[in-house]
Amino acid sequence: MSLHAPATEDAGSYAFAYAAWVIALLSTLGSLFFGEVMKLPPCTLCWYQRICLFPLSVLIAIGIVLRDRNLPVYTLPLAVGGLGISVYHNLLYYGVIPETLSPCTQGVSCSTRQIEWFGFITIPAMALLAFLGIIVSLVAHRNRQKRSLA
Amino acid sequence: MKKDLYRVAGIAAVAIVALALGAAAYMRSQKAERAQQVAQQAAQNPKAKADGPPFIRPHSHSHGPMDAKVTVVEFLDPECESCRAMYPLVKHLLGQYEGKVRLVIRYMPLHPNSLMAASALEAAGAQGRYWEMLESLFTNQPQWGSHHAPKPELIPDYAQQLGLDMGAFRSLLNSAAHKTIVETDRTDGQSLGVTGTPTFFVNGRQLERLGYESLKALIDEELAK
Repeated sequence: MSLHAPATEDAGSYAFAYAAWVIALLSTLGSLFFGEVMKLPPCTLCWYQRICLFPLSVLIAIGIVLRDRNLPVYTLPLAVGGLGISVYHNLLYYGVIPETLSPCTQGVSCSTRQIEWFGFITIPAMALLAFLGIIVSLVAHRNRQKRSLA
Repeated sequence: MKKDLYRVAGIAAVAIVALALGAAAYMRSQKAERAQQVAQQAAQNPKAKADGPPFIRPHSHSHGPMDAKVTVVEFLDPECESCRAMYPLVKHLLGQYEGKVRLVIRYMPLHPNSLMAASALEAAGAQGRYWEMLESLFTNQPQWGSHHAPKPELIPDYAQQLGLDMGAFRSLLNSAAHKTIVETDRTDGQSLGVTGTPTFFVNGRQLERLGYESLKALIDEELAK
């Protein structure tokens, strides 16, 4: 038997948890690809989003394997934090908030456009979508579990 | 649970392998693109190799015989720590290959006071003391070039310690001519694909892995040609 007994042995499907995890994993690897392979330097706000994102690709996987009912408790805060930073970053990036408010003074400016595929796919936009996708999936997972427990 | 473990491990493994393959493919395409650019440049200007622009400009300072078999072009930033760490090793190599290797310095300003430091070098160079100033800037870099509390105002002190004519030095420091030199170097560097410092080119071939051994190996390779 495993050292960590599962918090619950519910029959609720983990499909949504898997969805959240796959988004987190692909985003983590994609971000590493931009940084380490394409050598695009991450700006300060990108680093804070990475701090929220990278652990998710490990934590959600552990939660799934342990069938841990508490999975959303320790993953949603990271995802919501990442979303908050990402929203701010996108506002800055698309010029809604003026650049002078940017906390990035050294290195790459947070509003420097490094990638613009098909004219609208940018790194901050992808990060925003990823955090949104993770949050929606985690909430759906939690709701489904609650229903199956009730 | 066991099934989940295998599934999670499997998905993660596939994703990581995909990333590695993607990285390899990306690097291969980048390399091919660069090789094509170099070939194109060579076709346009057969003399371009290591002797003509953009590797070397008339304003570039160099050490060693002009007809040396191997020319090492170093893009550096006086404020960069890795350049400081690399400098004694480069100097050692130059001593070892006395007469066979020429070192050319180009600027790649990446720090807040890089421009002023480069200008100080040029101003010292005008008095024939370029290399002493470079050494002094590297030696004293922790003082004037600290990232937390840079003190660029210390730079003239180092010139004074070298016994330079301070009136002439100050009149040249931060001059428009020096700004042009640094900007030319930066543009050349960018067109050569320089993204960090120090970046070395040995007879036009970029050093892939920064370090004493690999630089020496590349020089030996070119000397053996």
